Amino acid sequence: MSKTLRSNIITVGLVFIAYIGAQILIATGSISSLMKGLLVPLCVYAILAVSLNLTVGILGELSLGHAGFMCIGAFSSAFFSKCMKMFVPDMPGALRFFLALVIGAALAGLFGILIGIPVLRLKGDYLAIVTLAFGEIIKNIINILYLGIDEEGVHFSLKSSLDLNMADSEKIIINGAMGITGTPNDSNFTIGVVLLILTLIIVLNLIHSRDGRAIMSIRDNTIAAESVGIPVTRYKLMAFSISAALAGVAGVLYAHNLSTLTALPKNFGYNMSIMILVFVVLGGMGNIRGSMIAAVILTLLPELLRGVVSDYRMLIYAIILIVMMLFNWAPKCIEWRKKATASVKARLQKKSAAKEVE
Amino acid sequence: MAMLEVKNLDISFGGLRAVDDFNMTIEKGCLYGLIGPNGAGKTTVFNLLTGVYKPNKGIILLDGKDITGKKTIDVNREGIARTFQNIRLFKDLTVLDNVKVGLHNHNTYSTLTGILRLPKYHKVERQMNQKALDILKVFDLDKEADVLAANLPYGKQRKLEIARALATEPKLLLLDEPAAGMNPNETQELMDTIGFVRKHFDMTILLIEHDMKLVSGICEELTVLNFGRVLCQGKTAEVLNNPEVIKAYLGE
Repeated sequence: MSKTLRSNIITVGLVFIAYIGAQILIATGSISSLMKGLLVPLCVYAILAVSLNLTVGILGELSLGHAGFMCIGAFSSAFFSKCMKMFVPDMPGALRFFLALVIGAALAGLFGILIGIPVLRLKGDYLAIVTLAFGEIIKNIINILYLGIDEEGVHFSLKSSLDLNMADSEKIIINGAMGITGTPNDSNFTIGVVLLILTLIIVLNLIHSRDGRAIMSIRDNTIAAESVGIPVTRYKLMAFSISAALAGVAGVLYAHNLSTLTALPKNFGYNMSIMILVFVVLGGMGNIRGSMIAAVILTLLPELLRGVVSDYRMLIYAIILIVMMLFNWAPKCIEWRKKATASVKARLQKKSAAKEVE
Repeated sequence: MAMLEVKNLDISFGGLRAVDDFNMTIEKGCLYGLIGPNGAGKTTVFNLLTGVYKPNKGIILLDGKDITGKKTIDVNREGIARTFQNIRLFKDLTVLDNVKVGLHNHNTYSTLTGILRLPKYHKVERQMNQKALDILKVFDLDKEADVLAANLPYGKQRKLEIARALATEPKLLLLDEPAAGMNPNETQELMDTIGFVRKHFDMTILLIEHDMKLVSGICEELTVLNFGRVLCQGKTAEVLNNPEVIKAYLGE
């Protein structure tokens, strides 16, 4: 078995083990309802971290607008699901969710291409700032978007709900800053885990294929990649839009876990984008498994601390963040870790050698 | 027919005529040297040939086909591969993957095939691994196939760059100062490798070099550039004894 295949199996296996563990905890009732409510968001954040790692770690471009793509996925899919619920009430939930998923991912991917075309001409800091701006634009437009459907057709406005001129205000679907209410709760923890595993498979298989190598070659040296005939623009766009589409998937999952979906700075603003970036940087740029684990730890940590030291929990959270960063990336720490693992390995070898002698 | 024919090539940056009325013909299978003092415009010629710069004037014919003004990517597809003066490897990829990136355009499967791991993926990847290892063997790099390119010693990095260029199956190989920073032993080894590559792959090679031992040792024909103009052209021995060339290199 090749090294990469084994590593991929470990990554997917970890998710599976975590899933079983969580299910056992739920079944034995040793998990608080607060924690239970965190299970789907955990999957959402893990998917976001993995998908952003494709842009930041594999393509090597710093994107600060990832929450914007999640926002598109969330609102387009919630819009679809609510319409279906209103007009085709006897549609099975699973089918509705599946279609919503396809729509959310496709639309987020499409916006990834549209935004990627101008943005990917930039480099480094400039690219980061422009993606940040696009992320905010998406959130703010959705915040003033009014959309309704009745017998006369689709009503659309960017001013207020009254401008929709609808006879029946019950049929307003997206109500500006109040967002979408009454989205069917079609998602659950199991679906979240399945989507996370799908995301992992897509990203890992992409990385270890011909296209993934081309994307990484662009990251390492664009000029050299061009000189061996790699179509740079095409692969940059491809990585960016796949990353956006997967963020859209996370958005769909997020939207179908809530009954009220609003575009707040907290969930779709740059705070969120930076939070996802923290997962990726902490877990390791280009390290898919690491970013997933970082997402889980950093989401659970503030909640776990709530029970222990509620007053200082954000302070402790920040300290743990710094310590984790140092432990993972400070050169001295890396050196020390290498030494430690080497000595452990040597000791194990000695033991096994001693056994053989016996 | 000549493998490469360059006629009246001209480019200026601002007021500086970096390359001025440049002509050169390279026969198929020839090992051709491009030499000249620092700043003579040698690398600029390479950049013109590979489409990094567009010439103001002139024609470039590769194997009889006009490739003037094409993009770098298309120039590579037409059959010109190059190495760089300052090594440009994919440093976070393994040695094997570096060569496999070179194989990209000749061994294809769709993105979806790659993601879904269809049988074609496994088949093509196996072929690519085999081809890449074959090329690496020529450069005695097959044992380091799983090492990250950044961790290779300098001499081997230079070789890997040539291996990657060859993987694109070019008709013409451009080497930009392949012996830069090498000690005499490594240079000798490199000369042997270049000679072997030429025979083994039946390759036409154009190289820029400052190391006169290497140039006089393996190049059959030379063009000497000075201040963007061709100073002298012809058989190696004749060119190196030309008083104009000696003057350009050593001064009066």
